[in-house]
Formats: sequence, structure tokens, C-alpha cells
Amino acid sequence: MAKLGEYEHIVGKPVMDELYLLSRRLEGKTVQHVNSTAVGGGVAEILNRMVPLLKELGINARWDVIKGGEQFFSVTKKIHNALHGTPEEITSELWDVFFKTGEENSKDLACDAEIVFVHDPQPITLINQKDFRNNKWLWRCHVDVSHADPSVWEILRTYIVKYGAAVFSSPAFSKPLPIRQFMISPSIDPLSDKNKELPENVVEDVLALYKITRDKPIVTQISRFDRLKDPMGVIKAYKQVKKYVDCQLLLAGGTASDDPEGETVLNEVKEEAGNDPDIHILMIPQNDIHINALQRGSDVIVQKSLREGFGLTVTEALWKGKPVVASAVGGIPLQIKHKYHGLLCHSVDGAAYQIKQLLQNKDFALRLAENGREHVRQNFLLTRHLKEYMLLFLSIYFNEDIVNI
Amino acid sequence: MSASIVVKSAKMKITKEPFIFYSRLHLIELTGLSASTIPGLLEHLSTINGSSVYYHTHHFIQRHQHLSPEPPNDFAYWVSDVLGEESLGEKLASIDIMAYPTIRGIREALIRTLEEGIKGNRRIKNLCCEEGEEFNFLKSMSFIFRTSHSATTLQEFACGLKNVSISSVYFHMFESRLRLERATNDFSNWLLNSLDEKQLALKIAQLDPYTLTGEGLRAAILKLVAKKIG
Repeated sequence: MAKLGEYEHIVGKPVMDELYLLSRRLEGKTVQHVNSTAVGGGVAEILNRMVPLLKELGINARWDVIKGGEQFFSVTKKIHNALHGTPEEITSELWDVFFKTGEENSKDLACDAEIVFVHDPQPITLINQKDFRNNKWLWRCHVDVSHADPSVWEILRTYIVKYGAAVFSSPAFSKPLPIRQFMISPSIDPLSDKNKELPENVVEDVLALYKITRDKPIVTQISRFDRLKDPMGVIKAYKQVKKYVDCQLLLAGGTASDDPEGETVLNEVKEEAGNDPDIHILMIPQNDIHINALQRGSDVIVQKSLREGFGLTVTEALWKGKPVVASAVGGIPLQIKHKYHGLLCHSVDGAAYQIKQLLQNKDFALRLAENGREHVRQNFLLTRHLKEYMLLFLSIYFNEDIVNI
Repeated sequence: MSASIVVKSAKMKITKEPFIFYSRLHLIELTGLSASTIPGLLEHLSTINGSSVYYHTHHFIQRHQHLSPEPPNDFAYWVSDVLGEESLGEKLASIDIMAYPTIRGIREALIRTLEEGIKGNRRIKNLCCEEGEEFNFLKSMSFIFRTSHSATTLQEFACGLKNVSISSVYFHMFESRLRLERATNDFSNWLLNSLDEKQLALKIAQLDPYTLTGEGLRAAILKLVAKKIG
């Protein structure tokens, strides 16, 4: 895993100096991250990098993962979908599973750090420990709750308001709350296997491994097989593009241990793709180099989500200097200013139109891609995220808008 | 000439009042307020905290450095690119922020421009953005800190300016003037009052930082300083 100093050639010395300076204000503080999965999904990916780097900066950071059975994760998946606005029936029995598992976790997991940083709804009930601990609590919401089912949100809200502050990935995600709310975008690690530079021969080898040739432009969506990522919509858009530009479609994704729906959706996608030999559907469980190579080997990258958290796959694509077409949902408009860093869409037809634009106007696509990469360098790399987490930890000790530190 | 200046040679003045390079880092705070139409935007704009007005007229400059000189501020971008009203967007973009010494002045100029834009124009007044593309009012919590760079001469000033982060340049050029309500930018203030460099101070004050990228702004100041040093 990369050391902090290795980021300097990417972000520059002044940015690194600021990190070291901030860390001195937090030296020795204990920070405990808690989430629900150690692998799969953006949150685990970020924490995997963030915690060692915080430690390197002298902050006593640790990361705990709550436990839960199949039923618990089935409920939390329903909660996740409901927060995204998908209708879900969550019976009182299922809520009981959620609360009971929360209590069990609370017994097993002492949240005794000076700052406890809870990620997403799954471990949210741990806040009950605050009553007997003299420490600071932060709740980090990685989900787009702008269309949340009110009944589900209201139940979670009773816990959220007990936290010292809430953190959202996009302004559109926030809700009226009586506590302070901050916006911190997530980030990607430019030195991770998923994002580091790859030699061209590695890209070629990976494409060959999956029997993909570059004789036709490659349009790619990398995402978990999840209805909210709209893989069916991507196939429909591809079919419209295909009438005018002979291209191929690559749908590739893995699964997360807290997502029981993946396989069902994958089967539906295969059915929609039919026998088209130019549609490649790849199930790639946690092979970051392969994902990296597939993105780098693509001509256009699509993220046609119906709902999205922040959309880190968009960040990854922009960082690789690829032209991107993505839905204007969740955190995507923060990453793509339409026609500056990529193209936004709102429908299958719109996605098809924008993909055609990029495939047929190479100079335009290149300009957007260059802007997109710079935008990520300045705003969505791990070092910026690290800086803002440290600012967040400092913020809970101040109430003013302007603080001299 | 200030009593704090020691003239060592024709090209070397030393001040006993060093310029300390500060920097500031932001944490973005959500206000929970949003607008989907221009009347909605106006309603919040007239009452929102001044730090939110500052944020929306300045964060684009730093966040999208590589795209400068366009787009210039969040209001202009939203009206042009989200509502599709390019003419009014252009008017918002061309508000001369340098002409306003206070955030209150900037706020009034924005309100005036928006009000004139919708006056008697039902089409513009009724424009509504797509769901999810609302204008969200944000503000920032600023953390100001001292860097390790300081200067007592023009040469040291140039060296410091070369090596500080771009946040430091923004702090001394924008934030100190508007958010801390100082009369001019910090560089000009120090050059004039501590180093008696009247012409150089004036030239830096005359730069329009809103039409330069961050690095472009740094380079422009360094060029002026280098010319003076000779």
C-alpha cells in the first residue's frame, strides 16, 4: 500500500504540506470508523486507504466492522433501497432484526474513541452508546437520500439527530436536520490497483483475457449488477447507438457482501443482452487491475444510474482521462459540469445521444476528458478527502465560520 | 518611507514588518436551502448568510481552476447551464466583483441582475430546473493557519509566493479582502505599507483575479515582482 509521500508527485508539495500541518493539530487523537463491510463497495474501499494514511499522519485511527446475519443484511439492503426511493416493504419484524442486531453489535463493539465516525445506516444505532460515553460522534451518509421513503427516513432520523454532525457526499443528499451538516465528497486513490497507471500491454492482456478486441469502439459501464445502476437502460442506449456507430458494449461489475440482489439482476441483464456478440457481460469479483484495464481500454465510459451515491466509478473514469456520459443523479453533477468535464444525461435516449456525440467527435471527447482528469486531480483524490476528514475532526471543536488554527 | 524599512542597496529593501504567508482550508457546510427557479433563488439570496454568498461567488474559481476564466460563479453557471438562460447567465458572469469591497455589495448586485432579468419576462421567471439539479445553497467553514513562509524583501516575497499552496494565494487575494473586509488584497497592502512599493502594490491591486486561473494569477504577480526586482 502506498505511503503518503508517494502522492506528492501527483498532487504537489504544497498540498502535502497542508496535510502535515493539519495533522499536527490532531496528533494522538483517537478516531474510530465503523461500517458494515470490510470488502466491496466504495465505503470499504475508501476506509481501506484512509485509515492507514490517518495513522501515518499521527492520528490514532482504527476501523471496526459490525456483524450481522443474512436477515440483517437483507433488511439493510431494503433500507438502502428505500433511502434511494425504491418502494420496499419493511415490516416491524424486519425492523426488529435491525434493532436487535444493532444491540448485539453495541454489546460487542465498544465505541470508545474520542471521535466515533459511523458510516451509513447499518451501524447507525451504535449512537446509543453516546449516552454513557463522553466523546464526539459523526454520521457519514454515503447514500443519496433525496428521494428517501419518509417512513424509513423518520426512523433513522431519530438516531441521526443524536450525532454531533452529519456528513453527506452532495448538497442534494441532505435533509433538514437540527444538527450541523457538512459536505465531503468521497475520493479515489490514484495509487491503488484500480486507478494506478497501467502499461499498455497490461490493458491489452486483460482485454484479451475477456476475449474483447479493439476493432470496434468500446462503450463501458463498470458497476455492481444492481437495478439502480440501470444496466438494462445501458443496453437499450447501446442498441440505439449501434444503429449509427458500430461499437461494442462492456458491462462489468462485482458484488458486495451486503448486496444479496446482484445475481438476480445479472440474470435479467443477460436476458436483455440476448445473443448480441458485441455485448460483453463480465462478472469480475474484486479484481481491481482488471477493472482498471477495462476502463483504460474503453473509448467511452457510461454511468447511467437511476440513483447514485457519489458515483466513484465516474471519478475513476475521469481520472483515467476517458470521456464520460453519466446520469445527472446523486453526486455525479458535482463531478461533471455538463460539457466541461463530460456529458450528463437524463434518459435512455439522452444517454444514446451523448454516447454518439463522443464516439463521433473525438476532439470534443478528448477536451472533456482532459478537463475531467484535472477536475479529479484537484477535487476528488484521496489527499483532498484526507484533508477534509481532518478538517471535519477539527470542526467539531468549534462553532464559528472562521477559525484560526 | 516607512521607518521600518532598511535600504540595503538600490534593489534591496528590507522591512522589519515581514509578510507572513497564511493559508486557509475550507470545509463545506450544507444549509439545507435550495431553489429550482429564479424567483426561488432570489428569495434565498436576499436572506442567506454572507458566507454563502462568498462561497458561491468564489469557490468555482478554486474548484475549477483549470476551466477559468469560465464559468465564473455558481449563479451564472446554474442560470446558463442548468436553466439554459444564457443571456441572464452572461450578465451574472460579468458582474465586476472587484468593484465591490463587501459581500453585501456583491449580494445586492446579484439580486439586482436577477430581478432585472425576470422583470416583465414571464418565460424566464417560470424556468424550472430538472429534479436533482436544484441550486443548493452552501457555505464554508474556513480554517486559517500560518504557513512556514515569510518575507522581509521582495526577493523573499517572490520565493514565498512561488512555494505556497494555491489556497494561500486565494486567501491573500480574495478572502482577506472580502471575508475579513480588508481594504485591498494582502499583498498590495504589505507592499505599500511595509515595503513602500507603491507602483507594484497598485499593479497587483489592478489585476482582475476573477478572469485568471489560480496558477495564472500567481504567475502574473510573480511577473510583476520579477520586473521590479530586475
